[in-house]
Amino acid sequence: MSHWNPAPFAQQLLDLFASLLLLIAFAMLSQRRILTLIHLFAWQGLILTLSIADSAWLTHQPHLYYSAVLTLITKVLILPLLLHRLIRRLDVVWDVETLINIPTTMLVGIGLVVFSFNLALPISHFSSTILRNTLGIALASVLLSFMMMITRRKAVPQVIGFLALENGLFLAATSATYGMPMVVELGVALDVLVGMFIFGIFFFQIRETFDSLDIRHMEKLKEE
Amino acid sequence: MEIWLLLSFPLLGGLWLGATGQRAQAPLANLLVSIATLVAAGFLAARVLQEGRVSAWDEQFVVDPFNVFLVGLTAFVGMTTAWFSRPYVRNEVQHGRLSASRLRLYHGMYQAFLFTLLVALTTNNLGLLWVAMEAATLTTVLLVSLYRTPASLEAAWKYFILCGVGIAQALFGTILLYFAAEKVLGEGGNALLWTHLAQVKGQLEPTIVSLAFVFLLVGYGTKVGLAPLHNWLPDAHAEGPTPISAVLSGLLLNVALYAVLRTKVLVDGALHQPFAGHLMMGFGVFSVAVAALFLMRQKDIKRLFAYSSIEHMGLMTFAFGMGGAVANFAGLLHMTMHSLTKSAIFFAVGHASQKSGTQLMAQIRGLIRTSPTIGWGLLLGALAILGMPPFGVFASEFLILTTAMHAQPWATPVLLGALGVAFAAIFGKVQPMVFGPATGQRLPHPPAILPVFLHLTLVLILGLYLPPALAIWYRQAAALLG
Repeated sequence: MSHWNPAPFAQQLLDLFASLLLLIAFAMLSQRRILTLIHLFAWQGLILTLSIADSAWLTHQPHLYYSAVLTLITKVLILPLLLHRLIRRLDVVWDVETLINIPTTMLVGIGLVVFSFNLALPISHFSSTILRNTLGIALASVLLSFMMMITRRKAVPQVIGFLALENGLFLAATSATYGMPMVVELGVALDVLVGMFIFGIFFFQIRETFDSLDIRHMEKLKEE
Repeated sequence: MEIWLLLSFPLLGGLWLGATGQRAQAPLANLLVSIATLVAAGFLAARVLQEGRVSAWDEQFVVDPFNVFLVGLTAFVGMTTAWFSRPYVRNEVQHGRLSASRLRLYHGMYQAFLFTLLVALTTNNLGLLWVAMEAATLTTVLLVSLYRTPASLEAAWKYFILCGVGIAQALFGTILLYFAAEKVLGEGGNALLWTHLAQVKGQLEPTIVSLAFVFLLVGYGTKVGLAPLHNWLPDAHAEGPTPISAVLSGLLLNVALYAVLRTKVLVDGALHQPFAGHLMMGFGVFSVAVAALFLMRQKDIKRLFAYSSIEHMGLMTFAFGMGGAVANFAGLLHMTMHSLTKSAIFFAVGHASQKSGTQLMAQIRGLIRTSPTIGWGLLLGALAILGMPPFGVFASEFLILTTAMHAQPWATPVLLGALGVAFAAIFGKVQPMVFGPATGQRLPHPPAILPVFLHLTLVLILGLYLPPALAIWYRQAAALLG
């Protein structure tokens, strides 16, 4: 028996995490309850953290460990907690959104996945890193979150879609490359956090003005 | 050293005004901080002219002739807008439209916004450039909804979501670019530094780089206001306070275009074919045409000039897309002229709509009788932005069009037609507002007329005579764009 090599195992684990992330993106697309959406978002953050930590172990890049810790703190702890507090204060914890045409949405979603894999194929071919399979998945989850934002009519799920989009981008950053330089990652994390605060302020302003968080009330500005 | 000075004034000023911005003297303090920033920008420009290039913090910040000209423009328009903002804000307070806490938010965020723009311009790190562009959205979004009217909330939400999603595409593009760069430069922080990338641009993998550029163009293009990604722009301009409309049009759009141009240089080097240029020309011509059509249907004065900004940004994007020394020179000149003229117009529009109590053009009448200076400012500004000689916009538009006739003859009829339509639309709407029977009332605080005419005089002088020193500077900047 030769010496056990951890690389194939870690590699497979990485693929597993990436596909779980994609699965959660699909689950979010069809999830109607706001509370469950936030939980899904936290799970997605956790899987992203594990995936980054795994890449760090695989590639022996110490700064990826920092990046994993940063993701854990922002995406798994702070953002879901903030969202929780927000929906409790807005009193929309048990809100259920009526989504029309979930099967069609899912089918379009599958189409998006196929499209992103095709788009990523020639690029991941160039990847010298061992993390090449995940680029397509990352692009797919970005596009799925994008679609979630389009299909939602309420403000909070739209914002969760926006944050999930950022998760997909982070997966792309760690899978295609060995992670962005630390100063950039810190800056992006700061932007996301500040953005979340502003979204929070916005929710209250919108509710105060329109008596609801439904963005259908906000379709007045149009070119006639 | 000069870079730190330049960045620390708006940052510290923003923090300070965020705490004390409700005081009676805050509008003046806002102006003083902006003047200090302008002076710092002047020192920086002087040093760049002497040494050719200045860098700080391990080359994370680099200023060369191209961005120092935009730094100067940003600091200058930032200063004159703060000048105009002083009477504007005091009138708004008098009318009861702004409370103390909102005034604090306004002044703090104004300086923070200038800070993010200056970081975006001076940084050499394409990742930090992204961070600063996103931060620029974050600082202005609460300013667009400052009045808390339903329409302003809707505009701010649209601005936030559309620019947020757009800029996320740009982040993906940046990641792809880093992916391509890392293979040449090795991992670590240097692979996102523009100066390092520019040295090895010929070795970057063409497939990845071209895909990266598509994402970057769509992402930053959303902020430039290129059609069909322009939906947020008229709303955000119309519903926010007018000083913010002036800096959005005059500065933010330029800085977003600057981000596109920096990446275009790398893509051109990697591809050896005008792929990026073709994309930009397509988006540019389309934006000019779309904006011209929408111009005719506008009823709100700020929306009218917001569409005019889309038109001019399209024209610049087209010019830079053509590339070459003359087109780049014309694009840079047009950037300067548009910034100065458009912000002057917004200054005049701001006071005109405060006087009339409305932004609807049908209800703004006879400005030249109630306040001749505002009326003349608006009229001359409109003539300048429409490209009437002897104003500077004429020179830059003339250069762009004559270059297009040689290099891209297909685009010339579209551009000329759109400019004609824009002329008819804007002049036809501005003329009755300036002349005709008067409706306006006196403002409690006298409007700031000087910034309007300062800008218009500069545009006039530059249209008649471009000093050789400035021309050399523009040529150096254009050379950096390849």
